[in-house]
Amino acid sequence: MRFFIFLALIAAVPALAQGIAPQDRRSGFETMGPEAQAMQRDDFSNPAMLGVAAGEAAWNSAPANGKPACSGCHGDINATMRGVDARYPARQANGAVMDLTGRIQTCQSQHQAITPEPRESAGLLALQAAVALRSRGMQIEAPASRGLSEAVSRGEALYRQRLGQLNLSCAQCHDDHWGRSLGGTRIPQGHPTGYPIFRLEWQAMGSLQRRLRNCFTGVRAEPFPAGASEWIDLEIYLRQRAAGMASDAPGVRP
Amino acid sequence: MTTAMILVPRTPIRSGDVVMLKAMISHPMETGYRRTENGEEIPRNIIRRMICRYDGVEVFSVEMHQAIAANPFMSFGVVATKTGPVEFEWVGDNGFRHRQSAQLTVTG
Repeated sequence: MRFFIFLALIAAVPALAQGIAPQDRRSGFETMGPEAQAMQRDDFSNPAMLGVAAGEAAWNSAPANGKPACSGCHGDINATMRGVDARYPARQANGAVMDLTGRIQTCQSQHQAITPEPRESAGLLALQAAVALRSRGMQIEAPASRGLSEAVSRGEALYRQRLGQLNLSCAQCHDDHWGRSLGGTRIPQGHPTGYPIFRLEWQAMGSLQRRLRNCFTGVRAEPFPAGASEWIDLEIYLRQRAAGMASDAPGVRP
Repeated sequence: MTTAMILVPRTPIRSGDVVMLKAMISHPMETGYRRTENGEEIPRNIIRRMICRYDGVEVFSVEMHQAIAANPFMSFGVVATKTGPVEFEWVGDNGFRHRQSAQLTVTG
């Protein structure tokens, strides 16, 4: 009941419309509890590192059809994937804008001639985690500085759009009310610094899109289909909003 | 695919030292209590037992139940006596079995 009163209250507050000042930005790592932080700090207790180990094995293993492994084209993951995740989503040579998941799927279909692993599959998340680890500690690059300004503004419009039966926008929680309680949990600022994450609630690895879907169902809106361009736009805006923050992928989140 | 990680300290170990071993394995630890959206039971799929053998001798074992989270992580101390393999074995439902070992090197 208290949950709904709170929602009614934030729905009543007029949108403040300005974002979070750069010096006030906090990653999900900083705002989560000390136990979860300790779990992430030690690579040996971070369950996402199991995904990294599986992803590194997949990186070096060639598909059965004789096409090259990831390493066959890209070589050593430590060298060639350094900083790649920090500048995704990115525009490809053919003009298409892709998130890292989409990019890996494209490699699988075009260069390995295999059916791409579906989004949210353990194999794809593992590869993504292995790539993302090579950007850990690096600053997230602003998508607007890489010619993605239009996607940034489309994403921002979505971020400020009231959605669902509860008629709430992302900004109303994550800009205007971060740090306060919602149904017993702390509202984070929503910076995508640690994806793919191992989320304790899921007891599994998951992508940013899965996390965004959770928020959509939370406000009782119908989520976009997996891989939809709206998700990518939203991701690009969130990366713009978090530009300059350090990546802590692959993270642990409560 | 099952992935496991075993951590043996890399610092020099002397005979008689207590060393902390850590092991984590990828496993969903499905409790058997959950149902799908259509109401069908999701069958239990957990690891039942983990055994650690140091130089062929069992030094630590755990019986696990549904309350253990996914990707079980165990950390415990053993007294280092001599150089030898530390072998972990996980046994679970549906014929699950995974073995992995690491070398514990004792100097002096």
